Amino acid sequence: MGSKKHSQSSNVQLTAPTRLTGAEIIWATLAGEGVTDVFGYPGGAILPAYDALRKFPIRHTLVRHEQGASHMADGYARASGKLGVAIATSGPGATNLITGIATAMLDSIPMLCITGNVSSKVLGTDAFQEVDITGITLPVTKHNFLVNRAEDIASTIRHAVQIATSGRPGPVLVDITKDAQQATALFDFEAAKPKPYRPHPMLRVEAGGLEQAADLICSAKRPVILAGHGVIESGAMEQVRTLAERAQIPVALTLLGLGSFPASHPLNLGMMGMHGEAWVNHAIQEADLLIACGMRFDDRVTGKTSSYALNAKKIHIEVDPAEINKNIKVDVALVGDLRAVLEELLPRIAGRDGGTWLQTIDQSKGASSVRDIKNLPDSGHLYAAHVMHDLWRITGGNAIVVTDVGQHQMWEAQYFHHEKPRTLITSGGLGTMGFALPAAIGAKTACPDQEVWVVAGDGGFQMTSAELATIVQEKIKINIAIINNGYLGMVRQWQEFFYERNYEATPLVSPDFVKLADAHGIPARSVHTRGEVAEAVQEARSAKGPFLLNFMVEKEDSVYPMIPAGNALHEMIRRPGQNPLVESVND
Amino acid sequence: MLHTFVAYVEDLPGVLTRVASLFRRLNINISSLTVGRSERPGLSRLTLVCDASAEAGHRIRASLYKLENVVDVDDIAQAPNVTRELALIKVAASTKTRSQIFELVEVFRARIVDLTAESLMIEMTGVESKIEGLIEILRASDCRILELCRSGKMTMRRGHHTSSVLKAMGAKGDEKPLEEEETAAVEAEF
Ligand SMILES: Cc1ncc(C[n+]2csc(CCOP(=O)(O)OP(=O)(O)O)c2C)c(N)n1
Ligand SMILES: [Mg+2]
Repeated sequence: MGSKKHSQSSNVQLTAPTRLTGAEIIWATLAGEGVTDVFGYPGGAILPAYDALRKFPIRHTLVRHEQGASHMADGYARASGKLGVAIATSGPGATNLITGIATAMLDSIPMLCITGNVSSKVLGTDAFQEVDITGITLPVTKHNFLVNRAEDIASTIRHAVQIATSGRPGPVLVDITKDAQQATALFDFEAAKPKPYRPHPMLRVEAGGLEQAADLICSAKRPVILAGHGVIESGAMEQVRTLAERAQIPVALTLLGLGSFPASHPLNLGMMGMHGEAWVNHAIQEADLLIACGMRFDDRVTGKTSSYALNAKKIHIEVDPAEINKNIKVDVALVGDLRAVLEELLPRIAGRDGGTWLQTIDQSKGASSVRDIKNLPDSGHLYAAHVMHDLWRITGGNAIVVTDVGQHQMWEAQYFHHEKPRTLITSGGLGTMGFALPAAIGAKTACPDQEVWVVAGDGGFQMTSAELATIVQEKIKINIAIINNGYLGMVRQWQEFFYERNYEATPLVSPDFVKLADAHGIPARSVHTRGEVAEAVQEARSAKGPFLLNFMVEKEDSVYPMIPAGNALHEMIRRPGQNPLVESVND
Repeated sequence: MLHTFVAYVEDLPGVLTRVASLFRRLNINISSLTVGRSERPGLSRLTLVCDASAEAGHRIRASLYKLENVVDVDDIAQAPNVTRELALIKVAASTKTRSQIFELVEVFRARIVDLTAESLMIEMTGVESKIEGLIEILRASDCRILELCRSGKMTMRRGHHTSSVLKAMGAKGDEKPLEEEETAAVEAEF
């Protein structure tokens, strides 16, 4: 990751040092860094910057709520691997960004937020719309800056871009006072270059560690590769695949790792963790070696840590030294950029026979495997899993799917099979409802030629549905699938399993989403039966502009299997035998 | 266990908040913190002592390094070091009781740095236990402590060492071990 460059200096118009206002310097610096798109919302303290915007080759998307701006910047970054940029005014504009900043922080997304602030003369006086946004965002940013002089803007923004995109990426906020935007300074893009990037001093890959890892891999009988988001961030898809194929090691994926290893690959086990299939979690529990690649042993994938993969030696390849031994103690830590480390490790790995271990996993798979549900008879009910599966089949998997948070998110992960990285965009670490629609706008802005689908619950969709107007104003072609179960479904599921079906505060009255879309001038339709799914999906795809599908699915369906929080990875709630979605022993 | 970290941080507004915020987030109490200019221009040196599990040391050091303004972090752990604390103690003292305090101060190798008709101020440098010893003895001898101000610990590794701090500076350490100080002897008296 450290070597990734975002500077595409083709856009620098100002090569000779020029006197500019601070506001102009903001855009000139962003353009110099290769930024072409920003997402924002104006206000008094950022108005000088907006006033200067039209002079620069940067496309601005006007959001409807600043949370949308930070999610859009995030979605833009996840879809493209480039820096995402959000802009907001001081006070409430800045605080509205926070949920999106925290979302990006927990998922290590390179993002830059620029906020205006009151003039430096009144900083700290509780002036109108003043908040201490650098103080507030300190724990949810990788770093942040307060700038109160025009001459510091260029160097600070360049430094911020370097921090956001290097090492383990993350969001950086630059708060710029209004007087700094209004003052002038000499703009010299080259001179504002940050000091060379200093990698974390505790990154260490010793030859001894590589040998040890290679020995463990060669002598393992039951190895499993755990592939996480770091595989995508580091661009190590090929290296992980080579390792898996050469040593015949099956690969389990985290939610954010989906797409880092082709779903159709024979060595792909699927998603691990709380809603992972039984054979995946069993394979991890029975493994004698785990090779963790760019993943952080989050509690959603380990279950109870004291009973996690007790018989396995663990190799952890990770860019952030603070993750080593944080949740799970490991035997060999190779701390560095995943791709670079794997490139050093691979020459030490010889061909290996996966043999009996792969057969064992296949057998356990056979016993509980999800049947290709497209072949199941239509019972007249509409299940979210069907919708996801059909969406996958019809698009051929060639779409970016941006999910919200809840049951539908897990069904997407289970039934939409991702072959390529950056085709699933989802809030994993923070689990932020309201993420999908704005993040999809960002994704589509970054990848205008790709088909983009929002998959959202009826609950989460309402958190940011104001952004429907944004897609109309910006003429953004995305397709929206609302998985409408009339509940805050994932919470209802927990109430069903763990709170004696006390459905407190989870039944949900929603607007007529078709009419809501209509009010925005967006065509839409509701889908009630499985028979209608294919045609509806095709209609949405072939529509010129955005299209909304309101899937009226089974209300009290649950996501299986499930490891209750705090349970061991193998202690899962299995699909009930009568579940119409899957093969059971009696089928 | 007690961890002692020595860090070089940029001398800029808000840096201390970032360091403190990290410990707050980890729910670790900072038991002592001293900050001041260092021999490196633009960098402050801080000594931070906290109580955390034995395994926490690695993660704290790694997390400190993730702070953009932190330049070097040395985990002193059990390495040979010199640790000192400074205390200023203001004690109520009349002409009658003064001489008794003078004696105590002498024994502890502390100093009187201010004297008025009703009070005097003691300055003392030493290891924590020595300072606590003096405070205890003052209390036990019915001296009323009016004000107590302690600096917190300052720590430096002994002799030539290989900490990242020196390596980064490319500086040569002092080969000779420093002269042992008399702390042990004084502590033994009580
Ligand atoms: C902002 C936010 N608030 C609360 C939650 C807790 N939460 C997780 S899933 C969920 C229910 C989501 O309901 P819906 O959007 O309808 O999706 P479903 O689970 O029904 O598919 C809730 C409330 C959350 N993740 N994010
Ligand atoms: Mg719902």
